[in-house]
Amino acid sequence: MSDRRTISVTINGETFEREVETRLTLADFIRHECLLTGTHVGCEHGVCGACTILLNGRTARSCLMLAVQANGQKITTIEGIAPNDEELHPLQQAFQDNHGLQCGFCTPGMLTTLLEFLQDNPDPTEREVREAISGNLCRCTGYQGIVAAALDAAKRLQAGA
Amino acid sequence: MKPAPFAYAKASTLEDALSLLAEHGDDARILAGGQSLMATLNMRLSAPQVLVDINRIDGLAGINDTGDALRIGAMTRHSDVETSDLIAQHAPLIAAAVDHIAHPAIRNRGTFGGSIAFADPAAELPACAMALDATMHIAGLNGERDVPAADFFEGLYETAIQPGEILTGVSIPKIADGWKSGFMELARRRGDYAIIGIAAQAKFDGSTFGDARLVYFNAGDRPVSTPQTAALLNGQGWSDDMAEKLAASLKRELDPPDDLNADGPMRKHLAGVLAKRVLGPMAGA
Repeated sequence: MSDRRTISVTINGETFEREVETRLTLADFIRHECLLTGTHVGCEHGVCGACTILLNGRTARSCLMLAVQANGQKITTIEGIAPNDEELHPLQQAFQDNHGLQCGFCTPGMLTTLLEFLQDNPDPTEREVREAISGNLCRCTGYQGIVAAALDAAKRLQAGA
Repeated sequence: MKPAPFAYAKASTLEDALSLLAEHGDDARILAGGQSLMATLNMRLSAPQVLVDINRIDGLAGINDTGDALRIGAMTRHSDVETSDLIAQHAPLIAAAVDHIAHPAIRNRGTFGGSIAFADPAAELPACAMALDATMHIAGLNGERDVPAADFFEGLYETAIQPGEILTGVSIPKIADGWKSGFMELARRRGDYAIIGIAAQAKFDGSTFGDARLVYFNAGDRPVSTPQTAALLNGQGWSDDMAEKLAASLKRELDPPDDLNADGPMRKHLAGVLAKRVLGPMAGA
């Protein structure tokens, strides 16, 4: 016997109405119901940070929320960060230019985490960047390129790039 | 993994939530911020029949000035505590502790009351609540009752909250003139559970300690107060000799567990290191 609800969630400006099981996590709703597979699911217990999304503008682990809890809320995923299909967001561009990713699995969570962080701390130190991404695991880069990308993005965003 | 099936109930009032708990008993779990519960559901370490979501209950979130104290609603998110002027002004120990709780994305969802009610011995806020003599407000179908922090933490993940009850808020006495607080934790990586941490508060006459309170976290099955060690400080100032006395006393008074991060003797040693790093600066040394 499964408990189901109809929910309506706005993701990247588009409204998705679906009937879902109440036990469905928000991460699986985004991936399997809305087919937005940029949000990655790693550890499923809040440790790896790969599933981090923006819920009403603030970061949240989408594996630690139920889809039903997002009913009526606004979500931004990695697919909603770039201004259009042609251009990358300055943070995305900085990742590309600074070798901020290799396999790309952690990248969506890194970007959503850093978007919030750079909004709150537009001119961070390297140490602050390292602390900001301490909840996001990357097994490829050794974090060096990610930190460089974040610092570069801060400069670009401040310059209004 | 994915959670086992459950029935989901969104409570709209506290009475509603209490009735649901009364109806379902041990089969129900309260869903607050979900930052611990959801992980255990996903791993199927917990499989309740009913989840009672208290996120949409009006009045359970927010920080209110009640005169001599601040009342922090149970559903107040850590990130709202972190940015609160009231907390910064009147509860500097909480202000110092809160940004050590996990990571920003977790603090955006996790709640003050959730951390207190979950009573993880490695968590920051239970230790702060003990050091500050906080009062826990617990509601049941028969009304609200208050439990002092010293009587609240009963063991590993065990508290004075009885079946059918909900923690609705915590009152933190405002810091008074002449009092200072100190907080520090040792973790291998920012946001990890502390290997061991300290929450301290004392009254100062110049640089002389009085009424000192030291509470360690991840040093036992609950927050661990060390009154014998704290008593050594009272009426004294800071000195290297004092640091050594405290470290020796902590080795007698604490009995911390072994785990993958550190064994008991290492934790005892680190307790002394933390005392020195926190209490010296509090005394202006």
